[in-house]
Amino acid sequence: MGLNQFLILSAFLFCTGIYGVLARKNAVLVLMSIELMLNAVNINLVAFSAFRGTVSGQVFALFVITIAAAEVGVGLAIVLLIYRNERTSDLDEVDQLKG
Amino acid sequence: MITPVLGAAVAQNVAFYLLAAAMAVSAIGVVRSQNVVHAALFLVVVLAGAAGLYILVAAEFVAWVQVLIYIGAIVILFLFGIMLTRAPMRGTGSLDNTQKWAAAAVSLFLFGVVTALLVDAYGGKEIKLKDSLVVLGNSNTVGTSIFRDYLVPFEVVSMLLLAALVGAVVIARRD
Repeated sequence: MGLNQFLILSAFLFCTGIYGVLARKNAVLVLMSIELMLNAVNINLVAFSAFRGTVSGQVFALFVITIAAAEVGVGLAIVLLIYRNERTSDLDEVDQLKG
Repeated sequence: MITPVLGAAVAQNVAFYLLAAAMAVSAIGVVRSQNVVHAALFLVVVLAGAAGLYILVAAEFVAWVQVLIYIGAIVILFLFGIMLTRAPMRGTGSLDNTQKWAAAAVSLFLFGVVTALLVDAYGGKEIKLKDSLVVLGNSNTVGTSIFRDYLVPFEVVSMLLLAALVGAVVIARRD
């Protein structure tokens, strides 16, 4: 298998995630798009681990998975708090800091 | 008559492209679906496809962690988030904001640049599948590496998880 097969698939997933972060209005969907991007990075790390024949890439992928879990937990807590105070999870309406 | 080695390489490529096609279509579904629950279910397909890719390069421990943590825990958290915020299921306005064409242009441009760079830098490089990769991906090797080479980052990550847990409880608590 070519290394580029993995890298280009991962680049595609990452760019799809960027589109989601920029174009989505709902906060939960933005968090899902961030998960897509983190997952693309994991595919890169594991592919390079197999390419170089070292285990470090897989360990880094495990760390990224852990950080992703922590990020989703805190992110959803923040979304819940915004929903409780504003009765919306629409990011376009959360603009109190705009001045 | 094809040799067994060539046959295995063909089978790996076929499996890769099947998984890649499913993941690409589902990733588009995550960012384009107008139903929030459908987007979460598309995300499950992408994450399961990534686990399949890890199996394909013999990273079995990472693959099962992916299934347990991502599909088992994170997607469930997302479904809780969708339910608790009463996200619009259908019909009540678009889920996209007004800048989606600019967003599409940005992501397509970035994809083109990154793909050109990758073809230039790694064109022709092959992942050689051999028996040592199976040893590399099992929990013994990964665990030894974590607890010998990456012990300090591992402890830092465990403290970070504790902090995130406490932080999430403090933020979301009703008081």
